[in-house]
Amino acid sequence: MAEKITLGKALNHGLRRALENDPKVVIMGEDVGKLGGVFRITDGLQKDFGEDRVIDTPLAEAGIVGTAVGLAIRGYRPVCEIQFDGFVFPAYNQIVAQVAKMFYRSKGKVRVPMVIRIPYGGGIGAVEHHSESPEAYFAHTPGLKVVSCSNPSDAYTMIQQAIASDDPVVFFEPKRRYWEKGEVDLDAPVSGAYPLHAARVARPGTDATLLAYGPMVRVALDAASAAGEDGRNLEVIDLRTLSPVDYPMIFESVRRTGRAVVVHEAPGNGGLGAELAARITEECFYSLEAPVLRVTGYDIPYPAARVEEEYLPDLDRLLDAVDRSFGW
Amino acid sequence: MAKGERKAGAVPPAPADGAVDRIPGGDAPAGGFVQLLTPDGEHLGSVTTADGTTYSVDFTVEEYQGLYRDLVTVRRLDAEATALQRQGELGIWASLLGQEAAQVGSGRALRPQDMAFPTYREHGVLYCRGIDPIMPFGLFRGVDQGGWDANEHKFNGYTIVIGSQTLHATGYAMGVTMDGKTGSPDGEAVIAYFGDGATSQGEVNESFVWSGVFNAPIVFFCQNNQYAISEPLERQTRIPLYRRAAGYGFPGVRIDGNDVLASYAVTRQALDNARNGQGPTLIEAYTYRMGAHTSSDDPTRYRIASEVESWKAKDPIARVKAFLTKQKMADADFFAEVDESARKLALDLRERVLAMPDPQPVTMFDHVYPNGSPEIEAQRTAFAEYHASFEGSGH
Repeated sequence: MAEKITLGKALNHGLRRALENDPKVVIMGEDVGKLGGVFRITDGLQKDFGEDRVIDTPLAEAGIVGTAVGLAIRGYRPVCEIQFDGFVFPAYNQIVAQVAKMFYRSKGKVRVPMVIRIPYGGGIGAVEHHSESPEAYFAHTPGLKVVSCSNPSDAYTMIQQAIASDDPVVFFEPKRRYWEKGEVDLDAPVSGAYPLHAARVARPGTDATLLAYGPMVRVALDAASAAGEDGRNLEVIDLRTLSPVDYPMIFESVRRTGRAVVVHEAPGNGGLGAELAARITEECFYSLEAPVLRVTGYDIPYPAARVEEEYLPDLDRLLDAVDRSFGW
Repeated sequence: MAKGERKAGAVPPAPADGAVDRIPGGDAPAGGFVQLLTPDGEHLGSVTTADGTTYSVDFTVEEYQGLYRDLVTVRRLDAEATALQRQGELGIWASLLGQEAAQVGSGRALRPQDMAFPTYREHGVLYCRGIDPIMPFGLFRGVDQGGWDANEHKFNGYTIVIGSQTLHATGYAMGVTMDGKTGSPDGEAVIAYFGDGATSQGEVNESFVWSGVFNAPIVFFCQNNQYAISEPLERQTRIPLYRRAAGYGFPGVRIDGNDVLASYAVTRQALDNARNGQGPTLIEAYTYRMGAHTSSDDPTRYRIASEVESWKAKDPIARVKAFLTKQKMADADFFAEVDESARKLALDLRERVLAMPDPQPVTMFDHVYPNGSPEIEAQRTAFAEYHASFEGSGH
């Protein structure tokens, strides 16, 4: 039975179901217990599953992730919450030097099946360190799976799939979409769900391919709608998985449309858009009618909230890039 | 510069109370430590600390002999590894010379169900866990990154980034509690090894916080070997390290780290306390790294020969030998037999290390993700095809 719920609530349901299905799943982080997290994503879970399953931790990110590594070695499946994107860096050593490499280092004998949830991105008028998009740092690290959901239905299934996966997963949640509603089938078996490692066509089209993930999927869909009024039929691909990227689907689309525009909030320099543009150029060169274009955040620290609307890629900047692609 | 004026960058004067009492070459640090076997080989029987805890060991002759055998063996294996490095057979080696008593004493205090989280220098503990001593050589020879089964041997992989493993140990210990394996004499306990330099790391302090807050069944075993590569203890702390434990709400004990009996007795007690539900203990094993930090290091640049000489007088093996001799628990034949069996083990190790094959290059793509990755599979295939294209051309 499908229900219309917010993305935040969908994550909550997904976490609840993971806790129900596997007694080894534990949630840990700052304020995840009684408060239910600062975004209430873990609302009510400690009340129903107890303080040993939903653990309010001391305030230290390296500690959250580092102890989760030990719990994972012990056989648990920890789900760590990092409160905000810009707070993940104290845990960076543990994530890239330990979480990502335990399996490799031990020749496959030690698994650390854990999820690191990070609410990320801007658009909520927050202060410094609360609006960043650090996904490229993690996508650059072999051994980590990096994913981002863009809608409530994906949020519900992807969080469960991430927890069930033996791969360590960095799970980016688009915080400004927490309150957006969508249809979610809460009874659907996760086993039959769309795979975690696959991109998805969010809107089929024939004239150009827009590549987006997380918070920017909504912007890309809006741009495709607006372009449709001008007679351009744009395809929107929601990457969903940022490492590894589902390239076969992207190449198929771009070969068909001949044009690609990548959009993300993170700074462009060294970002995922650069990687996507390079790979598409390598693989689809003879199909391209124009260079792969990028619409990204600027190469500056995330700015003060009163100017963030100018920083964030929006409908107009995306449509402008589409125009440039067609004008080539 | 006026008398008494400090040079820029000089170590600040320590406070009178609780000063860092490292006394290079001195008999014991101010404030003392738990010692059961003196450098002269005198067995003190038992020691009672200021908090009223009494530590003692009462081994059989065979058990004392066994400890001696362990100490000699791990020193011999370590010496062989150092020689292998000097001969170009290992890329690098982190020697345990001087720290045998700390490692063998604590390692033998572990029960089979206990889990250990080492740094990259705990070859003696590894030996005590019954692991084939060749295991770390893959890492130091450069043929793999370690690769033993941490859960099978109850001994985690070597951890190189300083202090990271203390958090893993803490999380593991939290899992022990969650599994209901504490609160009885048959419970499980966890031990985390680290050095004096690691105590400056935020992650080690976070592991102290976590362990205190969650009353984790863990023993923090700090081998204070006086130097973090070149930096002396004064560069890490203003107070004796064991006293830090009080700030986190659990006991701290300093032991003579060159005394295998003290190392055993205090670690065993701390582990039992942990398994019984009494939470963490910090043990500071006051010892000395006789060699270099690693084979890439030159300790003559930062410490004086007389300091090293004075520590030789406190050698962890010589005092056990003196004790066994005085007590007539062992004779020359025994000592010769131990030396010979250690020598044979070392030669066997040498042969096996030299026979370690380089890995097939394509195996570097193995074990990146438990569930695999199409990107890495594509790179593996391309790599293999590229190399195959050279076949027959002598490449």
